[in-house]
Amino acid sequence: MIPWERVGDTVTTKIDRQESAVLRGMVGQLDEMLRARQSEAPQDELAELTGIRTGPATAPDDPILSRLLPDFHRLEDDSSKGDRDSAAALRSLHEPELLDVKTGAAGVVLDTCPPGGGPVKLSLEHAEAWLSALNDVRLALGTTLGVSEDMPDDLPDDDPRAPHLGVYHWLTWMQESLVSALSGHEL
Amino acid sequence: MSTPVEQEQGKVQPVGSEVFAEDKPWQTIVWNDPVNLMSYVTYVFQKLFGYSREQATKLMLDVHHKGRAIVSSGSKEKVEGDVAKLHAAGLWATMQHES
Repeated sequence: MIPWERVGDTVTTKIDRQESAVLRGMVGQLDEMLRARQSEAPQDELAELTGIRTGPATAPDDPILSRLLPDFHRLEDDSSKGDRDSAAALRSLHEPELLDVKTGAAGVVLDTCPPGGGPVKLSLEHAEAWLSALNDVRLALGTTLGVSEDMPDDLPDDDPRAPHLGVYHWLTWMQESLVSALSGHEL
Repeated sequence: MSTPVEQEQGKVQPVGSEVFAEDKPWQTIVWNDPVNLMSYVTYVFQKLFGYSREQATKLMLDVHHKGRAIVSSGSKEKVEGDVAKLHAAGLWATMQHES
């Protein structure tokens, strides 16, 4: 892969076959998780009648989904009932749209990243979707790997996370490069 | 540089007037996390709130070094919308009543 480059309203790069397979695989997997969560939304006649969609009132148990779909209030063990009720109501109200945005961004990557590798040419709108989707897969992988502020560049070979950390760093590089191309600042 | 918070602190409360909790502004808090890139967080602050690069960088550094920063404030509806947009961008944001 080469760094992203912006010319006018177009952002481009080149991705090789293996990189494309890794990226598409991860984005596709995340998309499935988000869609599974979408299908958990309560279906009721009132929602169908009014067109007002409501999502689940409680945070996902899965740590990845829980990181991607945060509560609206910082909830601690000693949080008040008022805060808990408010967080539940706000989640229920906003989660459907948040899931739409995230699956939409994943869909743009799957539509525009050539499965066999090759040039990637994006409008600014699509580049923003890539940026969000790349951030989401980094959050997902970072959560799984237990990434911390002082994560080393390499892990010992016998650490089962070692191969995945390489992918994480590659995604980080790709996202840095895209931010740089979009904001017009050098890294 | 001024942030919404510093502006609020500069306000003088009228003496003897009762301040109801409902009248206090809400605040949007962004929390530090080890995954989000400093450049990306700065970019998101600029794009979502229209902050200058300098302002956005200062807020990002506050998040990074202090663990959290108040990035906007106002009515419940405004702050709720800001938190929703930050969640869409993948940042860890919450809202709270000014205390």
